[in-house]
Amino acid sequence: MKELSLHIMDIIQNSIVAEASCIEIELIENKAENIYSISIKDNGKGMSAEMLANVTDPYCTSRTTRKVGLGIPLFKQNAERAGGSLAITSELGKGTLLKAVFQHDNLDRPMMGDIAGVIVLTAAANENIRFVYSHKTDKDEYVFDTEEIKEAMDGMSINQPQVIRYLKEMIKENLTEIHYSN
Amino acid sequence: MTKVKSLADLRKMKEGLESKLNLREKSNNPESLVQIRVAMATCGIASGAKTVMEYMIDELEKRNIEAVVTQTGCMGYCYAEPTIEVTLPNQDAVVFGYVNEKKANEIIEKYIKNNELVDGIIPVNYETIKK
Repeated sequence: MKELSLHIMDIIQNSIVAEASCIEIELIENKAENIYSISIKDNGKGMSAEMLANVTDPYCTSRTTRKVGLGIPLFKQNAERAGGSLAITSELGKGTLLKAVFQHDNLDRPMMGDIAGVIVLTAAANENIRFVYSHKTDKDEYVFDTEEIKEAMDGMSINQPQVIRYLKEMIKENLTEIHYSN
Repeated sequence: MTKVKSLADLRKMKEGLESKLNLREKSNNPESLVQIRVAMATCGIASGAKTVMEYMIDELEKRNIEAVVTQTGCMGYCYAEPTIEVTLPNQDAVVFGYVNEKKANEIIEKYIKNNELVDGIIPVNYETIKK
């Protein structure tokens, strides 16, 4: 993957398959400590200790349509190449937390890319799931919660081109406000 | 400095959308809409599924085609990603492989608008691994 946002999109799909009803995406930028961290937490069905131990193995997958599962190994590889790391904790029936940490200034850290698009497209395609995206920088924090959007939309679907476009712009503008780094 | 977009503006926009959407809901049943599902697993995302999905959403709107665009997991055609599944009203779903913006345009113009088949269809009975 060329962009971190695409990795996030990929990992979110795992949470969706794990039947999560709430997925939290947390980005923390800390320039003083040279940290760019990405956490994806869900309340899905979780993994057994055995599955968890093998999950970074590219030949480990829960699906039946193919034999390989590259999402997590590729993300891990990218993190390690940029002087970072990737860790997963999970509990059956409770959910899973994946955390990837990058060095903020590392030249090998891929760009974040279109995180606004990723969040909005995924939320629009999975309206029964609550998505909470928070982004902290040294300056401030921005939180995007689909629960609030749903309330504002009052029962109307957000899977409409105008709404998608608007929400994307809204997130982008707010990220610019908090001086996020791409 | 311009004001940052907020949820208050979203509420305003929603009112404008309501009248349009009512029409759609009255003619109801999702079967009357074109349904598109973009395969959004590691393989799809890595080969550009997000771009294709955005293109589909924008272009269908521009060309006034009532459609629902959503996501699905890996359908097992990793070699042919990005893949999309198109279901026209009252027809069986058709899966297209190697979809880029050019192909997506062809699918909209020929298949969705005129029901003409285009190259790149993946036969439904093709299975890579037995379930």
